[in-house]
Parts: sequence; structure tokens; C-alpha cells
Amino acid sequence: MKFKLTFWRVVFIVIMGLGLYSTFIRFFQGLGAVSNMSDRFPWGLWIGFDLLCGVMLAAGGFCIVGAVYLFNVERLHSVMRPAVLTAFLGYCLFIVGLLYDLGRPWYIWHQLIYMNPHSVMFEVGMCVMSYTTVLFFEFLPNVLERFNLKTPIKWIKKIYAVLVVLGILLSTLHQSSLGALYLIMPSKLHPFWYTPALPFLFFGSAIAVGLAMTIFESTQSAKAFGRHLELPVLVELGGALLVALWVNALLRFEDYFHRGMLGQIIKPSYEAYFLWLELTLAFVIPITLLSFKKVRLSPGGLYLASVCTVLGFITNRLNVSVIGFETYAGHHYLPKWTEFSVTLMIVAAGFALFGLAVKYLPIFPEVRVPVKQRLRSETGPAVSTPVLGHAGD
Amino acid sequence: MSKALLYDSTICIGCKLCEGACAQQNRLPYDDKIAAEPVQSAHKFTVVLAKDDKFMRRLCMHCEHPACASACPVGALHKTKEGPVVYDVWKCIGCRYCMVACAFAQPKYEWHSLNPRVRKCTMCPDRVVAGKQTACAEICPTGATKFGERDDLIKEAQGRIRQNPSNYLPRIYGLNEIGGTSVFILSSMNVEEYGYPASAKIGDTPMPEYTGQVMSKVPDFIPVWTLVLGGIYWISHRREEVAAAEAEEKNGSAK
Repeated sequence: MKFKLTFWRVVFIVIMGLGLYSTFIRFFQGLGAVSNMSDRFPWGLWIGFDLLCGVMLAAGGFCIVGAVYLFNVERLHSVMRPAVLTAFLGYCLFIVGLLYDLGRPWYIWHQLIYMNPHSVMFEVGMCVMSYTTVLFFEFLPNVLERFNLKTPIKWIKKIYAVLVVLGILLSTLHQSSLGALYLIMPSKLHPFWYTPALPFLFFGSAIAVGLAMTIFESTQSAKAFGRHLELPVLVELGGALLVALWVNALLRFEDYFHRGMLGQIIKPSYEAYFLWLELTLAFVIPITLLSFKKVRLSPGGLYLASVCTVLGFITNRLNVSVIGFETYAGHHYLPKWTEFSVTLMIVAAGFALFGLAVKYLPIFPEVRVPVKQRLRSETGPAVSTPVLGHAGD
Repeated sequence: MSKALLYDSTICIGCKLCEGACAQQNRLPYDDKIAAEPVQSAHKFTVVLAKDDKFMRRLCMHCEHPACASACPVGALHKTKEGPVVYDVWKCIGCRYCMVACAFAQPKYEWHSLNPRVRKCTMCPDRVVAGKQTACAEICPTGATKFGERDDLIKEAQGRIRQNPSNYLPRIYGLNEIGGTSVFILSSMNVEEYGYPASAKIGDTPMPEYTGQVMSKVPDFIPVWTLVLGGIYWISHRREEVAAAEAEEKNGSAK
């Protein structure tokens, strides 16, 4: 096969090249040289985006697995594999990001022996480690199927109930504990974002974003890989997303109401602008869009609503981790280009690995199914999946 | 008994001898240039700030319930029974959660090191254990920084305010702030003007309680949530089995 230099491949190579340069700076000149982090701003883009957003964007895995296996929503089966793939890749890349951010990444294993059970960071670390392991086993059947290894698939099938329950338990714990990390900074984080409800808000937003990401990546891969778009599944996800957004919006409103903040959030200020941006993207636009049945039934409308949701909650997490600290620090933090380039490299690697996995592994199994069967699959999605399609059950 | 420091800014003459002694004790560089730096950093654990003719010292407060120690995932920071909050560099993974957790912003980082450490005043733990006073208290020519038993120093501070009420603001900063510290500050000016967080803002609640409320629920949450999730899984799959069995029966009778 000849390697063709397309536009996106050139972009990819440039991103990788700059990323490698930044990697060199990071590990040979230190955190101070590669980033704009300082004693005033000890956590920057890498914590705000790679960690907080990365884990949130990977939440689709546990949302869909939960829907399919706990609540028997069989119709969502076709998006489960891409969701698990996204989650697995997301967590692996998040760990890579962590190795950049930690000052002494070579001691990361200390987490396993010098445990401090009072630390939220300890809980986050342990959950991420164990959940990545669970995701590895949830993802493994894809690889085993590729090589037609039936016996190990049977083993995984036997423990799948345990994997499902464990995966959702660990996700609940650490999606919320990412919010709990910030509970110890009541005097530093701006009151727009500091609330005792942070763990609940982080968990709630993870579910909304998990659903939105599943819509996003299904549409995106349908476009990119020329696959058949399963509209009924997306419509279902869109409905669930609307409910999740309303629940989130209600939680936010309740929180501001009980803390008597409603008067303050409508007054213009530096923080208020970012809050408005966040609320518009995360709630106003997608809820309005999805409230129209016409939009909810169209692939383009669903795509737009889910992209808005994802951007909105990314803004939310960056507000919590960066913007919310600027007044306290008395200092504007803007990441250095090398910080951006490392993050971009990790994101680009994620896209590339996703593409490779889809190409070489049975992530979207229906594609190899002949047209006749595909037609049948529209009436009953489970029918057309090849024998091993349900290996994960 | 736990030890503490009392800093009385009204008798401080701003000589900065404490800065130099601290640097020497912790094997840090110290020259005129560093002496002129008005901020704490990885190479300057304590600083004497000047405003008009008034002085104020900043250093780690050695909280009774330190946020940094509760935040550290590997327990690299801990409060000793003698009073100092100390740091075990060999445990540290460099997550810097201690830095963001500390209400006084005391832990500083070696940003340009390839094997960076968190640096802060550790209240000369070796000297304290050996029964000596801290380097800064020992060198202080006016007694502005005084080392002693925590309880005795509180009484002394209260006494000074009582005897000379016109000289001081009627409060001991550090007595109740975030559950009490091991460094007390007496002053005629608001300490907030020198970068200390306002008492009203940080409150009297020990910092570890904010996250402790959540963390203490985790051990109960895990079994309960596992049971709930397992239960839902069992019910929904039981339904499936029953449906399958019924369908089979129907098929059987149809034949």
C-alpha cells in the first residue's frame, strides 16, 4: 500500500513533530521551561484539560455499558464498542498526559505503596488505575475476535458481569472525586464554581458528556470511515442527552439558588463572562436545539447539539481549574505554546489510534455484514451481529 | 508537647537575619539579590516584607490540621507531634496538590529542576527534636520571632495584647484560622495587607474536613453501590432469561 500525503496527515505530522519537541523540553529542561505554571499557578492546562476534560470525555464508556448491560437497552449495543474504545484510549492517553504533568513521574508507582486514604488525589489515582484495567478487559474481546481466539473470549464473557459492575462503580467514584479534589480550596476557587456540590456536578456532567461524545464519535466515524449511520440509535441518545442536560441545569440552578448566588451570576465580571459562555454552550444552545423534534430527528441537529454540549462542559472544567483561580492568584495564566502542543499531540494520537482500531478491529461489526443482513439489522439490531458480536455479553 | 513560633511584628526591625539563618540552615543560597526578593520561593522559605516602617514575616504556618498533608496522595507531608509539618522528598510524585490545597500558599516548587522538590519552611525539625529552637528564632536580635511551647506562646501573646492594647490589633492570627496553626502573628496592622488570607475567608474549619466529609463516605458507598449495580444487573438479566424461556415455551407449543 502506498502512503498518500493528505492534508490531515500533514497536520498530524506537524502536530507530532512539535509535540516531540515539547516532550524533549519537558524532560530535559523541566516543567518551568515547558509551561507557564508557577508557584502562583501550580496547576495549568494539563490538569485542566488533559485530566479533568480527558476523563469526562471518556465517560461514554461507562454510560453506554451501563445502559446496555444494566438496563438492557439492546438498541444501544451497536455504539457500545466505539464507546468502550474511546474510554480505553481516553484513559491510556490521560495517563500519558499525567506523566508529563507529574514532577516526578518515575515515582508514580508510589501511589500503590505509600497510600494516604484521606487524600482525594489518592482515590482518583487508584480509581483511574483500576478502571483502566477494567476497560482493558472490556476492550480485549475486540482484539481476541480479530485473531479468532475463542477460548479467552469465553473467559472474559464469564467475568463480564463483574467487569460491568466494577467499571460503573469505579467511574462513579472517580468522576465525582475529580470534583471533590477542589473541595479543599474554598478560599481560592471563585464562588461561581466552588460549591460543596462539586462531586455531584462533576458526575452529572460526565454522564451528559458521555452521551454527547457517543453521538459525536458515531457521526464523525460514519463520515470519516464511510459507514452507515444508525439514526434511531442517535435519536435515542439525543433524547437521553436532553434529559441529562435538564438534570444538570436543574442541579446548577439549585446550587446557585441555595447559595444565594443568582444575583451575582447575572452581574458582568471577568468570571461572569466565562460562566455565561459555559452556560450558553452547555445548556442554552443544546437544550433549545434538542427541544425541537425536527432537530432531535436529524443527524446534523444531533451532531451540533452534542458538539455544543461537549464544548460547554470543557469550558466548565477549564473554568473550575483555571479561570476560577485567576482572581485569587492575581495573575492571568495563559498556557505556553509547548503546553498546548503536548495536549494537541495527545489528542491527535487519540484520533489516530481510534482510526487504526476501527480499521483493524471489529469495532463497527456491521460493516462486514452483507447488505441483505444489514437491512434486517434495521428491524432488529442484534440479529445481524456476527456470532462473536456479543462476545462481551 | 507541641512547639510553635510567635512572631510579633511590632518589635521586628526588618533586619532580615532570620532570612539568612533560614537559608543557611536549609543550605540555600543567600546574597543581597535574594534578600531583596519580596516573595517566597523554592530558594526562600521565609521573607520579611516591609510597608512604610512596618514589617511582616511570612513563613509556613504549620497548621494543626494541615491541608497539604491530607491532600498528598502518597503521604509525603505530615504533621509531627513536636509541631513541624515536614516533607519526605523520597515519597513525593510531584502532583502539586499540596500547593493548590494550602490556604497560605506556602509549598513552593523547583520548577526548573529535572527532579523537582516541593520546598517550604519545615520549622527546623532536626533542631526542634534535639530540643533547640529554630534557626530564625535563635538569631532574632529583638525576640520578634520567639520559639516555645504552643500553649505558653498563646498565653504570652494574649498577655502582650492585654498589657499594651494600643499597640496591637486585638487578635492572634493563627490561633483559630483553619483550626489553628503553630505560628502566631501579632500585629498593629491587618496581616491581610501582607498577603495573608483574610480570617473571614479561610474560616476556622480545619481544611481536611472539606474533603474528609466526602472521603469518609467512600468506604460505605463502595459496598452499597456495588450491591445496587449488581442487583440491577441481576434483575434485568433475569428478566431476559425469563423472556427467553417463555418464548421457547411458546415456540414449543406452537409446534
